[in-house]
Amino acid sequence: MSELGRLTAHQDYDGPVTGMSEATLRGENLHLWRGERHVLRGVSFTVTSGECLQLTGPNGAGKTSLLRTVCGMSYPEGGRIRWRDRDVNEDLPAFHAEMAYLGHEPPLKGELTGRENLHYWVGVRRRFGQPELGRALERVGAQRWADRPVRTLSAGQKRRIALAGLLLMAVPLWLLDEPTTNLDVEGQRLVGTLIDEHLAAGGLAMAAVHHPLAVSEQGLRRLELGIG
Amino acid sequence: MAEINILQAGMPSAASERASAPSAVAVARLMLERDLRLAFRKASQLVQPLAFFAMVTTLFPLAITPELTRLRHIASGVLWAAALLSSLLALEFLFRDDAQDGTLEQYALSGRALTGLLSAKTAAHWLLTGLPLALMAPVAAVALGVPGRALPGILASVTLGTVTLSLLGAVGAALTLGVRRAGALLSLLTLPLAIPVLIFGAHATQLAIRGEPYGAPLTLLAALAVFGMTLAPLAAAAAVRINLE
Amino acid sequence: MAWTWFHRLASPPHLYRTARRLTPWFAWPAALLILGGLIGGLWLAPPDYQQGDAYRIMYVHAPSAWLSLMVYTIMAVAGGIGLIWRMKVAHAVAAAAAPIGASFTLATLVTGSLWGKPMWGTYWQWDPRLTSELLLFFLYLGYMGLRAAFEDLQRADRVSAVLAVVGVINVPIIHYSVVWWNSLHQGPSVMYLGKPTMPPSMLVPLLMMFLGFTLFFGAVLMVRLRGEVLNRERSARWVGEEIGA
Repeated sequence: MSELGRLTAHQDYDGPVTGMSEATLRGENLHLWRGERHVLRGVSFTVTSGECLQLTGPNGAGKTSLLRTVCGMSYPEGGRIRWRDRDVNEDLPAFHAEMAYLGHEPPLKGELTGRENLHYWVGVRRRFGQPELGRALERVGAQRWADRPVRTLSAGQKRRIALAGLLLMAVPLWLLDEPTTNLDVEGQRLVGTLIDEHLAAGGLAMAAVHHPLAVSEQGLRRLELGIG
Repeated sequence: MAEINILQAGMPSAASERASAPSAVAVARLMLERDLRLAFRKASQLVQPLAFFAMVTTLFPLAITPELTRLRHIASGVLWAAALLSSLLALEFLFRDDAQDGTLEQYALSGRALTGLLSAKTAAHWLLTGLPLALMAPVAAVALGVPGRALPGILASVTLGTVTLSLLGAVGAALTLGVRRAGALLSLLTLPLAIPVLIFGAHATQLAIRGEPYGAPLTLLAALAVFGMTLAPLAAAAAVRINLE
Repeated sequence: MAWTWFHRLASPPHLYRTARRLTPWFAWPAALLILGGLIGGLWLAPPDYQQGDAYRIMYVHAPSAWLSLMVYTIMAVAGGIGLIWRMKVAHAVAAAAAPIGASFTLATLVTGSLWGKPMWGTYWQWDPRLTSELLLFFLYLGYMGLRAAFEDLQRADRVSAVLAVVGVINVPIIHYSVVWWNSLHQGPSVMYLGKPTMPPSMLVPLLMMFLGFTLFFGAVLMVRLRGEVLNRERSARWVGEEIGA
């Protein structure tokens, strides 16, 4: 198994990743209320190019809420998010064009094949050819089932298709909610490798996890959220 | 280290990154193609509004009278009430499927204008329900004793009217996206807004049946459609964002 | 700055206290004006030479009709402010106003139909004003239904605000189309308002009723707003102090 992992790690996915100037994502004193629950109580963090912020904490500590706040789906009652030293709300579309968010469930249509899904999902963001699509699928080990309707795939297979989408988006900032859910040991290692490569290429990542990510210590930062 | 440098050499600069973004038209076409493809994979859902339209039209001769001379008088009302109700049918799922599997969220976070994406989805909805209804309305009209010379007018008015109905429906579907059983509420929200379409559409149809010029109400229908195209996607996008929050 | 009052109003305890302070300032003039208007309209004003005493229902009907439209507009404006400036108390105003507006709409419909009996010989006539009012009532029902369909208050606030804005844009279109429809199907409706030669003995009580009803709406809004703010802020410390005191 580790043999396969190393093998895929060397078949580098050579699609465009970031290669941009150093970028920083900052959360400043974020407060979020959900009804009468004070979900985020003054959360602050900083992530810079080459770093991965690992969010941990018990269920209900606000890991998902924090990620959704960062990507602009939830509007915080207090505090702000800065990307490249600008408040993201000044130009949300520009921020969105530079980030990718993967939630609990892979965002795929069951009626479409994996390949079609990626075409329509990532296709609105950027143009890419079939060779690049093929390389992304190969990189996550999904090429064998990429032409089957997604509804016939297992949860882990769907997750890998979603990871191919993440690579194809070619954005500097990754926001990942439980990226290793439903993946086998080898798949979990793949996620770690993909994040490591992304960071090495100058990318940033923020990931909510239950089990520590299999990423290298260098560049790893931790944020522990508690129930206040 | 060397490997990383090779990696970076293959990466585009910020400028070429922007250049590789598809145009707004290409994005809309992609979205339209996606929704049509999805719809044809579930073809039975395509036929249902049409069957419903035919069924509702059949109710009136059975409930009122089979005499074509009398049916001809109420034909415009029958056609438009049936068209209004059938266009509501598929509405609840216009955005709901995409919201549930998370694909709508990805589009909302794509950095592309959500108004454009939703306009394309609405266009797909019209192609799949409005246009077939418009093509079927003349057939139903003949069954209601409407003379053949009225059919072009009926085709034109239902075509224009269903555009606005799809747009209003998109707003209603976006508003009720976060509501679990939205069917009745969606109708309550959408139908009062659709009254002008009903009035102008039914009148155009009636004039066409009588053989009188129907240009004026047709123009008003077109005006409603244009007005709807400019404003409805804005409202739908706002409502979708709130409901995805 | 001149805007400080605006920001201060955005704080719930301040709004709560302002509403409490303003209530009598609306309620007393409203009571006096309505009392005066009723005496003037029901006793002092002469009977109409065509309608006899039946026209006197106008003193309730016309101000209710005016408020049914004004309250919807207020809801839309408050909703728009809440959406744009993310001002939560604006949504509280809209939420508090909706049932009042719906009640005025219902009052307009009931008084209109009571008037119809002596004037038209039937309780319901498809008169354009009454028909528009009926559609407005459906818009209110849809608004309140949508609000009630969400468990999350913030989402209910923001989604219904979008609906109110969409609705307020559509109200004139609906009204115009209904008037247009009516002009095709029957003669001009019975004019019961805006007679050019209304004598002062009729006009003055009517104006008093208009002003009185508007202030009455203000008083009810203030009372309902206090309840709305308390309910929304029920876990806040100031509410405990306010109620415990």
